[in-house]
Amino acid sequence: MPVLARRIEAAGISTVVVTMMPDVADSLLTPRVLGVEFPFGHPFGLPGDSRLQRRVLEAALVVLAGAGGPGTRVDLDVEWPVPVREAYRSWQPTEPSPIVAQMLKRRPS
Amino acid sequence: MRVDSFRFLPRSFQPLYADPQPLDGESEVVFSPFEKRLADATIALLTSAGLYVQGQQEPFDADRERRDPTWGDPSWRPIPRGTSQGELGMTHLHVNPADVIADHEVALPIRTLDTMVAEGSVGRSALRHVSVMGYQEVGLHTWRGTTAPEIIEMLRGDGVDGVVLAPV
Repeated sequence: MPVLARRIEAAGISTVVVTMMPDVADSLLTPRVLGVEFPFGHPFGLPGDSRLQRRVLEAALVVLAGAGGPGTRVDLDVEWPVPVREAYRSWQPTEPSPIVAQMLKRRPS
Repeated sequence: MRVDSFRFLPRSFQPLYADPQPLDGESEVVFSPFEKRLADATIALLTSAGLYVQGQQEPFDADRERRDPTWGDPSWRPIPRGTSQGELGMTHLHVNPADVIADHEVALPIRTLDTMVAEGSVGRSALRHVSVMGYQEVGLHTWRGTTAPEIIEMLRGDGVDGVVLAPV
C-alpha cells in the first residue's frame, strides 16, 4: 500500500495511509501516515461503530490536509475496544492463507 | 502515545516486518502538498480489502492464489460512491472478512465520508473509490507497472484532490 500511495502522490495527488503498521509505512517512505493500533482487517474500527469510524476518517483527513511535509506521521490515541487476545484471534482467517499453509507444510516436524 | 505496529501480528510473522526496505526505485521522497481547503476538495478512498460489487464485477482471483501461494491478484475495482451496504463482496484470504462484510465502513467508509460532505466539512466524495487486494507478489511489479497508472488515470479524470488509503 505504501507503494500505491507513493505513486499517486508522485502523480500530484495528495495521500494519507491509515495503517496498523505505521513503523513499516514510515520505513517505506510513505508521504503521510495515520497509525491505528487496531487488529488487521479493521482500519476504521468495528462494524456498526460509526463514531469510531468517523473519528479515524476525520483524523486521516486532518493529516492529509495539514501535513507540513513528507514523512508526517500521527498515531491515533484510541484503545481497541475488544480484549487483545480476543481481537488477535478474531481478525485471522478461519483457515490459514495459502502462503501460510505452504510454510506450515514445509516446516520441519 | 505511539502505536505498537506488532500488537496484533503473530510472533512468527514479526521478523518479516522487522526491517522493511524500500523496493528498487522507491527510495526517493515524494510529496504533493494539499493545496485546497477540505471543504472544497474531492476525496477518494482506497482499500486493500479485495472488495468488489457483487453481480457487477468479478471477485478477485482467490483460486489462482490457492494454486500459487506466492501470487496475489494485482487487479483493481472502481467502487461507485453510491454503493450501499450489502452490495460489496470481499476476497481476501489473509484476514477474516466477517466484520467488513457486516459493515464495509470498517474498510471503506463511504457513508462516513458522505456524512462529512453533507455537513460541509469535505467538498465531495469521489465519483469512484478504489479497491485492490493487498496480498501481492514480491516486488509488486504489476501494481507498479499497470495497476497504479490505471488507478491514477481514473483519479485524475474524476478530479480527485486527495486519497485516503487503508490497508487491511
